[in-house]
Amino acid sequence: MGSNMAEAHPVGFQWVMEAKARGARVLHIDPRFTRTSALADKHVPLRAGSDIAFLGGVINHILSNDLDFREYVQAYTNAPFLVSEEFADTEDLDGLFSGYDPETGTYDTSTWQYENGLPEHSAEGDRHREQSAGEQHGSGGPKLESGTGIATDETLRHPRCVFQILKRHFSRYTPEMVERICGVSREDFLDVCRAWTSASGREHTAALVYSVGWTQHSMGAQYIRAGAIIQLLLGNIGRPGGGVLALRGHASIQGSTDIPTLYNLLPGYLPMPDARHAGKQDYVESIRGTHQKGYWHNADDYIVSLLKEYWGEAATAENDYCFGHLPRIDGDHGTYRTVMDMIDGKVFGYFLLGQNPAVGSAHGRLQRLGMANLDWLVVRDLTMIESAEFWRNAPEIETGEIAAERCRTEVFFFPAASHVEKEGTFTQTQRMLQWRDRAVEPRGDQRSELWFIYHLGRLLQRKVAGSTDDRDRPLQDLAWDYRTEGDGEFPEPSADDVLRRINGADLTTGELLDSYLQLRSDGTTAAGCWIYSGVYAGGVNRARNRTARTEQDETALEWGWAWPANRRVLYNRASADPQGRPWSERKKLVWWDAGRGEWTGHDVPDFPKNTPPGFEPEYGEAGPGALAGDDPFIMQADGKAWLFAPSGVVDGPLPTHYEPHESPMPNLLYGQQGSPARKVYARGDNPSNPAPPESGGEVFPFVFTAARLTEHHTAGGMSRQLAYLSELQPALFVEVSPQLAAERGLANLDWAHVVTSRAAVDARVMVTERMRPLRLDGRVVHQVWMPYHWGPSGKVDGDIVNDLLGVVLDPNTLIQESKVATCDIRPGRRPRGRELLEYLAEYRRRAGVTVETGTHVMTADTTASETAAPETTEPETTGRDTTAAPDTTDREEDA
Amino acid sequence: MGVSDWIRSWPVYRQLTGADRLGRGEAAASPNSRERRPRTVDADRVAGSVCPYCAVGCAQNVYVGSDDTGEHVLQIEGNPDSPVSRGRLCPKGSASNQLVTGEHREDRVLYRPAYGTEWQELDLPTAMDMLADRVLDARRKGWQEADADGKPLRRTQGIASLGGATLDNEENYLIKKLFTALGAVQIENQARI
Repeated sequence: MGSNMAEAHPVGFQWVMEAKARGARVLHIDPRFTRTSALADKHVPLRAGSDIAFLGGVINHILSNDLDFREYVQAYTNAPFLVSEEFADTEDLDGLFSGYDPETGTYDTSTWQYENGLPEHSAEGDRHREQSAGEQHGSGGPKLESGTGIATDETLRHPRCVFQILKRHFSRYTPEMVERICGVSREDFLDVCRAWTSASGREHTAALVYSVGWTQHSMGAQYIRAGAIIQLLLGNIGRPGGGVLALRGHASIQGSTDIPTLYNLLPGYLPMPDARHAGKQDYVESIRGTHQKGYWHNADDYIVSLLKEYWGEAATAENDYCFGHLPRIDGDHGTYRTVMDMIDGKVFGYFLLGQNPAVGSAHGRLQRLGMANLDWLVVRDLTMIESAEFWRNAPEIETGEIAAERCRTEVFFFPAASHVEKEGTFTQTQRMLQWRDRAVEPRGDQRSELWFIYHLGRLLQRKVAGSTDDRDRPLQDLAWDYRTEGDGEFPEPSADDVLRRINGADLTTGELLDSYLQLRSDGTTAAGCWIYSGVYAGGVNRARNRTARTEQDETALEWGWAWPANRRVLYNRASADPQGRPWSERKKLVWWDAGRGEWTGHDVPDFPKNTPPGFEPEYGEAGPGALAGDDPFIMQADGKAWLFAPSGVVDGPLPTHYEPHESPMPNLLYGQQGSPARKVYARGDNPSNPAPPESGGEVFPFVFTAARLTEHHTAGGMSRQLAYLSELQPALFVEVSPQLAAERGLANLDWAHVVTSRAAVDARVMVTERMRPLRLDGRVVHQVWMPYHWGPSGKVDGDIVNDLLGVVLDPNTLIQESKVATCDIRPGRRPRGRELLEYLAEYRRRAGVTVETGTHVMTADTTASETAAPETTEPETTGRDTTAAPDTTDREEDA
Repeated sequence: MGVSDWIRSWPVYRQLTGADRLGRGEAAASPNSRERRPRTVDADRVAGSVCPYCAVGCAQNVYVGSDDTGEHVLQIEGNPDSPVSRGRLCPKGSASNQLVTGEHREDRVLYRPAYGTEWQELDLPTAMDMLADRVLDARRKGWQEADADGKPLRRTQGIASLGGATLDNEENYLIKKLFTALGAVQIENQARI
């Protein structure tokens, strides 16, 4: 779901085909019939943006028919844990959870806590709203004060146990509701349910694959939560052939998350320090509870080792290991906020390092207007991309909004070295690091980013060498003594040396570390990224392991190196039953060897090696030693997988269907229309198309979605300049169904233009049955699809599809909702120049779009529905009253 | 050419009479195709690499040859040893030789001054030095020592960066490290998009 794997990850898709050849059933659930659908056993089209309703239906089907893998659920998830009496569900509050503040549009999550588990009270709701807390708390999820002593009901019958809460929460996600919301027939829906639930239990597993079709939504994190809940209920996590597989779209996007170029993270999913943290101890306490279980309890080891790598000799116990050198965050510093700050004149310099936001980010106009209002811009790329030449080829030149003679931004273009002209590691989508050898030297001024940043840092250190200004201290103290290769003033720094520093060393012996278990908080170890410790185990660059697949078993532990500790399946202790025996012979991966007193198997066990299956920790025990023998989820504060998230997710402890920010449909499940915690920006340069209960939505009646083609790559910087690829996909097109073509007078291969309140974009029409009109709640809804790879540069050019989108974000991740919006489509080309601006203004006028459109996020009526029985699924009573006046509280008005 | 030679030159004859009954090998060869050689045979060496497009991580073999002007990439192919890709590449990966050797590659630093209408050339060390000055200036202009409650922030809002998902781990590591030491926090990449 949310993935067109055959198109976007074609070589990975060979394994899906391999599984199909061995008898697996392949189901593709996606708005459009794609190359993936063509190769699947079944394609189920659904409305873009309705996936949680569908997944909620599957959860309801599992729970109503007792189809969960009960032994797994009881032992390995938090299903038996009791939740606080203060918790109130969407069932009680018309689509809201307890703790919602309509003024700020945020949740206070304190009522979502476990009973007896001492909660982390988040009194600072405002601040929480401003942070992507899911990532803030790192990959291990948020802390709990204690991982032991939580009240449980092993029979799963207590009304406040997670299992029963889950059951009630999803009870109204019936097949009928799925049909009305998603446009999926009951037969198709039940067929998917049967197939999915049959791939469960001791003998069977199912794998779930998603991509940005799930993440790029105003509740993207909750899409994935919903998928994870199903996979946990069916016992499909930590087992061979199971999992929730995120297919990522760039060669090292996993690496750039692990070793983040992200504002809220330090390497290894450690959070960036916050203005609240007085010192390192405060910071560490915010990551881990005193008595929580698992490996996040050792966070002090990880941060001190990082600080020792950053500031070397200067970092000592006396100065808190230079913790004070770290800058503090205190809100949203994400890329979209930053671009708005550029427009508002608050940002002066901008680096673009292999990225082309003028084409590739949502709301391209906002991106380009931001770039046009800087002191300077640095673009490093292989080729001349749109972002480097916005001052002379942006669409705003034609409309008169940008003119070179009036644009003050200085632009530096630095040519980059390619992947074969430098050495280093990429981390691919399954956490595996692979080293690339340098094949040839780059020519002219082409340089690696490693060279660029290393020498920029060296020059900066030289310029501040004599400074007595306190703010220069972090730069002066910075350990920047990486080995270099070659002569002259500008030699190439050694990527191998940087990888060694990332791996880490024992500073008392100088030996490279073998594992993150060796890290210490006393300043005797230094490591740049704790989860990567072990990539240089035994002094060998394991990322360069290249034992041929024919010379090892299918787990292929000798090809590359996967973090952590070369484990290929995360949480693989769950591949054995609570007693430590494989669930079945054919699903055998990791098991307890009682004779040797250790975990063993085909994969590296993801569990304390010598903790036996029956081990029970003492009450109040903490850290890895507090993990019971049946706590496979060793990064979780309680050792269990979370069906219900007591904290760490800012928009609800359970996934809930809300309509996308822009939708032609009212929410049929609750009065709350869209995600109540989504991030909206009331700005004149970021208008929204109206959605119920607002009027005017009929001006943009169609559902818009966009995605990739095999033959191009994202913003096109690495594909539109290549003759082979340009010939294969020479022009931008828009796919519409024959019915929509007839309705709007669109002819195959003729021009049409797609319109939103932000932009109008030209494309060739492709009339195809791949797009199917959906019957939703008694009406027909059309969907429109476009690939998004084109821009004004390159061998093949075209309008920028991302210009159609606005900026509205998931509050957990601050990722934009770019997989669904509403639009209009008309035959012929769009107007040009100033006429285009007038054309768009006329659309906005007709739709009644103002700065406030879409920003009144709370539409639930919490007083009316408190009396409604949870079982009520009668459509007439749950369909929202579209005549109700919109809520007038606007949290962004004062901002 | 005699009649019998002429008949034997027909692929179909060779297919019916020879060992290559499916007509996929020797039977289908022509004088032209017999003379064809793979681009890779002229390679002096092969470097192990990874495809730079999506995150599947297909292994590549980069074939390197040399002439008077130095070493050059001759061809890039899938590495059949890889347990991930088994030697396969998609259209983009198959075109990556063109990506790295194509005419579209820029090889000079270019500079567009404020209000300028054309690019100018700039030598690399000068550009680096100009940039270092600008970084310090933007850092100063956007510096925030403390928040409204007096809690230390020690950061600058003057500098932002976007990019990393196409770069190496080692590069991302230095980017984050240097910018953090400068106090810059708006350091982002495609993972937020």
